[in-house]
Amino acid sequence: MLFLDKHRPRALENLDYHDGLSARLKALANSGDFPHLLVYGPSGAGKKTRIVATLRALFGPGVEKIKIDSRIFTTTSNRKLEFNIVASVYHLEITPSDVGNYDRVVVQSLLKEVAQTQQLDLNARQRFKVVVINEADQLSRDAQAALRRTMEKYSPNLRLILIANSTANIIAPIRSRTLLVRVAAPRHDEIVKVLTHVAELEMLESNPGLYRRIAEESGRNLRRALMMFESIYAQNDTITASMPIQPPDYDALIQTIADELLADHTPARILLVRPKLYDLLTHCITATTILKSLTFKLLMKVDDALKAEIVKWGAHYEHRLHVGSKVIFHLEAFVAKVLRILER
Amino acid sequence: MAAFFDIAARRAAAQAAAADAAPTTSRSKDTDRIVPWVEKYRPKSLLDVTAQDHTISVLRRTLQSANLPHMLFYGPPGTGKTSTILALAKELYGPELMKTRVLELNASDERGISIVREKVKNFARVAVSNPTSEQSKKYPCPPYKIIILDEADSMTQDAQSALRRTMETYSKITRFCLICNYVTRIIDPLASRCSKFRFKSLDEGSARERLVGIAEREEVKYEEGVVEALIRVSDGDLRKAITYLQSAAKLHNPITPSTKKDDEDDIMSGNEHAPPQSSTSSPKLDLAVPTTITVRSIEEIAGVIPTDTITTLISALELKPSSFKGISKIVSELVADGWSAGQVVLQLYQSLVFNDEVPSKAKNEIVMYFSEIDKRLADGSDEHLQILDLCLKISGILGRN
Repeated sequence: MLFLDKHRPRALENLDYHDGLSARLKALANSGDFPHLLVYGPSGAGKKTRIVATLRALFGPGVEKIKIDSRIFTTTSNRKLEFNIVASVYHLEITPSDVGNYDRVVVQSLLKEVAQTQQLDLNARQRFKVVVINEADQLSRDAQAALRRTMEKYSPNLRLILIANSTANIIAPIRSRTLLVRVAAPRHDEIVKVLTHVAELEMLESNPGLYRRIAEESGRNLRRALMMFESIYAQNDTITASMPIQPPDYDALIQTIADELLADHTPARILLVRPKLYDLLTHCITATTILKSLTFKLLMKVDDALKAEIVKWGAHYEHRLHVGSKVIFHLEAFVAKVLRILER
Repeated sequence: MAAFFDIAARRAAAQAAAADAAPTTSRSKDTDRIVPWVEKYRPKSLLDVTAQDHTISVLRRTLQSANLPHMLFYGPPGTGKTSTILALAKELYGPELMKTRVLELNASDERGISIVREKVKNFARVAVSNPTSEQSKKYPCPPYKIIILDEADSMTQDAQSALRRTMETYSKITRFCLICNYVTRIIDPLASRCSKFRFKSLDEGSARERLVGIAEREEVKYEEGVVEALIRVSDGDLRKAITYLQSAAKLHNPITPSTKKDDEDDIMSGNEHAPPQSSTSSPKLDLAVPTTITVRSIEEIAGVIPTDTITTLISALELKPSSFKGISKIVSELVADGWSAGQVVLQLYQSLVFNDEVPSKAKNEIVMYFSEIDKRLADGSDEHLQILDLCLKISGILGRN
């Protein structure tokens, strides 16, 4: 089992940071009057951990007994959709963006079905069921509109917890019906604290200098920090504060691309870089990730005068990735643009 | 699980449950308690609707003549459109008859063209049921039904066109009420069949009156400026303001008065300064949240970025010569703290565009970039890159002037 899952806090009291937030969630869970929640924050900040802990505070340990259901939905045009639901007796967890454009059908039929049935277990602590919706910012407008009235009408039987990376793509009517909960990424010293704690539990030799470096390297992403931490301990027998932290494979490859672009500014470089970009794409690294980390890696090494220009084109082509249809065009266009800027 | 399929056993269990009166009453109390304030304080009659004087007076007149036109309500969210029609229906029919006379459809219901053809048409076609003598004594009970199409702007064009003839054919026994945010999304032929009512954004005075009233009824304690903050962050949307108020009240005072038993209530009132006690005490965390609502907590609930953070960002932007490192660091922090990009853009906009020290020429250029970045964000671009781009551009422009 990964450290990540093994040492994941299960109860609100055991969470390591954001004590104020934990206290509020606890207060909400105990008040018997639980609102709809919209939990947002960057990835690796601990959104899911907090939600699972809150559910546990609401319903008791029963929520941890989960099973995976596969359900079939039929669209109006008689297309069959297969959809996976993670469920316990008290809650359901769905990722509607799995079914792309048909998310509205799932949201409408599934939520209504849940909302119209009452909790069977008379001993349950709450009489409502909770539906956790992952990647809520990927929901289509239609699906979000379908949520609006459902949230008000069926509030005796149903509570929603929406999880999103940002509130930007959530329509205003939903935002005004939910309690917004922001989960900020952990600060560096908080990551260090967590790593020290995990090392203690695993009975590993503590090494604060290394932990601080991991924290800085991880970009305030606790999940990434824990993965780095584990891989370092798995690969090496002796641990020193100054030992190299292995970046993930894809990150190393992007670094190579950046270095190659900086070394020489001839058009031949595009040809050299192309197979690497394809390699990244075929390994399911999203184009946004590639472009973003390439931009930031270039920024670290170029003159200050060029930085604004590179960010400008990075942002420009990143937007193109979303509007366009074939990502490789825009990645190569960015590479060509960068070479041009560097040449000047 | 076996008992679940055993119908006889379930019936017996149901009877046992019904006989055992105690749990049933506590259940009904529960439902009482968990009603959101937005529903709880929904206007009960037309007179209760705030700040829509013109619309209400017209509607009251039609109420007396008991003849209603088809209606189209439009206006920004949270201004009382749904509340008004529900209150009107209640005044016309009373709570009992309303169930058979009113059909409410909204975006959460399937509303494709097939539904308009079947469900709406079938409901429109059915003859009007007769009110009992008791009902007709209390309420006007006019001889028609009402179909409410809430959030009508999310109906497809086809579905809207299918309504056209239906509205006319059954106009003797059915009235339609369309509710929408954007009147332009309703096709012309439908709009011309309805008398239109515009709901205007709530003015500050009436919003304040309402919020203070609710806070008093719910015994919410709040510090000075909270109501103003609520009005500011909700821009005229009363529902948003009430939801925020309720959320804040829940966070600061987890035990609502109605959950306490009477005897406990006495103890509590005798000992006002005691912190609210949670039903289960936790071993590690101190759960004492202050009981008065603060301005900051309202802003946190609304997702507003603290002014300090924005000021730091802006002073970094105004720095000459501009420092890429400083800006990049602040932006990374902002993103890692989880602030939404839309909010960052909005607050930057507000503090730059309304700042008189920034020359107009610079403002012109900056505003163009705001528009560009907003579009990109709406297209789902990466927030970190876009905000960084925006900030660098602003810094470049400010540095030039």
